[in-house]
Amino acid sequence: MSMNLNMIQPKCTHSGQRTSCQCGLCCTKITNFGVSLGGTKILSDVNLHIHCGDLTAIIGPNGAGKSTLIKAILGEVPHTGELQFLDAQNEGTTKPSMGYVPQKLDLDSSSPTSVLDLFAAAHTKRPIWFSYPKKIRERVSETLARTQAEHLIDKRLGALSGGELQRVLLALALDPIPHLLLLDEPVSGIDQRGLELFYKTVSILRKNYDLSIILVSHDLNLVAEYADRVAFINNKTIECTGTPQEVFSNTKVIETFGLDWSKRYLSNEKDKVDHADMV
Amino acid sequence: MQIWYSLVDLLLPFSWLQHDFMKNALLGVLLVTPIFGLLGTMIVNNKMAFFSDSLGHSALTGIAIGVILGIKNPVWSMLFFSVLITIAILVVKEANTASTDTIIGVFSSTAVALGIVILSRNGGFNKYSVYLIGDLLSINPTNLLTLSIVFVFVIAIWGVIFNRLLLASMNPSLARSRGINVRLYEYLFSMMMAVIVTISIQWVGILIISSLLILPAASSRNIAKNMRQYHVYSVLIALISGVSGLILSYVWGTATGATIVLISSVFFAVTFIGKLRLN
Repeated sequence: MSMNLNMIQPKCTHSGQRTSCQCGLCCTKITNFGVSLGGTKILSDVNLHIHCGDLTAIIGPNGAGKSTLIKAILGEVPHTGELQFLDAQNEGTTKPSMGYVPQKLDLDSSSPTSVLDLFAAAHTKRPIWFSYPKKIRERVSETLARTQAEHLIDKRLGALSGGELQRVLLALALDPIPHLLLLDEPVSGIDQRGLELFYKTVSILRKNYDLSIILVSHDLNLVAEYADRVAFINNKTIECTGTPQEVFSNTKVIETFGLDWSKRYLSNEKDKVDHADMV
Repeated sequence: MQIWYSLVDLLLPFSWLQHDFMKNALLGVLLVTPIFGLLGTMIVNNKMAFFSDSLGHSALTGIAIGVILGIKNPVWSMLFFSVLITIAILVVKEANTASTDTIIGVFSSTAVALGIVILSRNGGFNKYSVYLIGDLLSINPTNLLTLSIVFVFVIAIWGVIFNRLLLASMNPSLARSRGINVRLYEYLFSMMMAVIVTISIQWVGILIISSLLILPAASSRNIAKNMRQYHVYSVLIALISGVSGLILSYVWGTATGATIVLISSVFFAVTFIGKLRLN
């Protein structure tokens, strides 16, 4: 499937009236985040600064607390510390509005929930077993077009492939356009092509809608290619942040993920730089 | 009630509807089965069949408590106990120490055992066996009034909470990101189940009440493609099974609840085969 850029209309406004955001000037600040569950410390001293228009990837070994951080930001898990959204004037607003793309949905493949059902349930209070509001179909179709998923509107969620479901959930998280978009990338179930398409879509949306994005990722190759910033979570905190280049040359990161990969990445990156010079 | 009786005489001049108790039972079926059809959809979606089963079982202890306290109409002690056990199950479930199945199993068997121990004191269990099978023909106008009130309440609450409940059931974090109080809806739904199971148990019977909740929705699921169809088919199947079960039980002289369940299972078999054929 090719990316149709025209379909994604550039916009730089956030939903809700409380922000007058100018591109690149607003940011989301996570200060001194800590999470304890049942007396066990899971995260502490987490500090993260996310500019809008930036894709920040969170990487780290299994069980390091990546998903917990997302849940804490969402408010599902209680946390200490502060979460602030600052607009262009640096005025702290109460809380950023959030869009969330989960790894998966809890439903079996026979579930009679269609894509339209999912959106209608999220957007309206009128019970969807009774009737749909008149205009919902158009609106959902428009929203789905943002992620090239409009043809899936009448499909059952259980009948979608991993990549299709991911695009549908991404479209849902983008309506309304949030301040902060949280993505929890599935560990399995999406083929490489689907994953690349997903990263490309996210990457384009980020620029067009000026989104702040936090992406929990398992695919370091794609992180290296698409992320603006990378945060490495290890030992219950963020041990290192920076550009992909900086993070992937950090010794701790190299130790965690294995040396070979990183070497390859560094040489690739060097090639790119050389190539750029020649141009 | 007189209006209902003359209405039935006028519109449905059948021999099986000559007696007032059959007219009462018909109204009872028309009130109870649509609720079962509606709630069943979410119970099947959330794989809560075992939970509704244990609610039925806990009624036994409710009756026992009523006997000890000397309450004439055990429905209040049953209501109290099933709400109590619902809260207990949800609280223990949140502690996340054992699987939900195990927790429900533990509570369910404890409740049944406790109920049997108390009721079988002095060898008098037989007089309570009516609760095991249920007696729909014993439904009286006062019961019908209670049922109508519950009917209106359940439909109203179901209309208000359904969309958010659906989102919460598919992914709690996603629901949370859209500002839904997941716990509140989980509790509300479980409470509704407890109430409807408890008040219908004396007419339907402990042994089969959960089948009546599960079967219409499970049958509908075989053929439905979206939420609307799922609900419409489920309610229709529940209604048709209810009314035809009532007629057949009258003709055959069998227990009404069980006859209704048998017809629902025929519906399940037919839709299941239809689904296999389609695939």
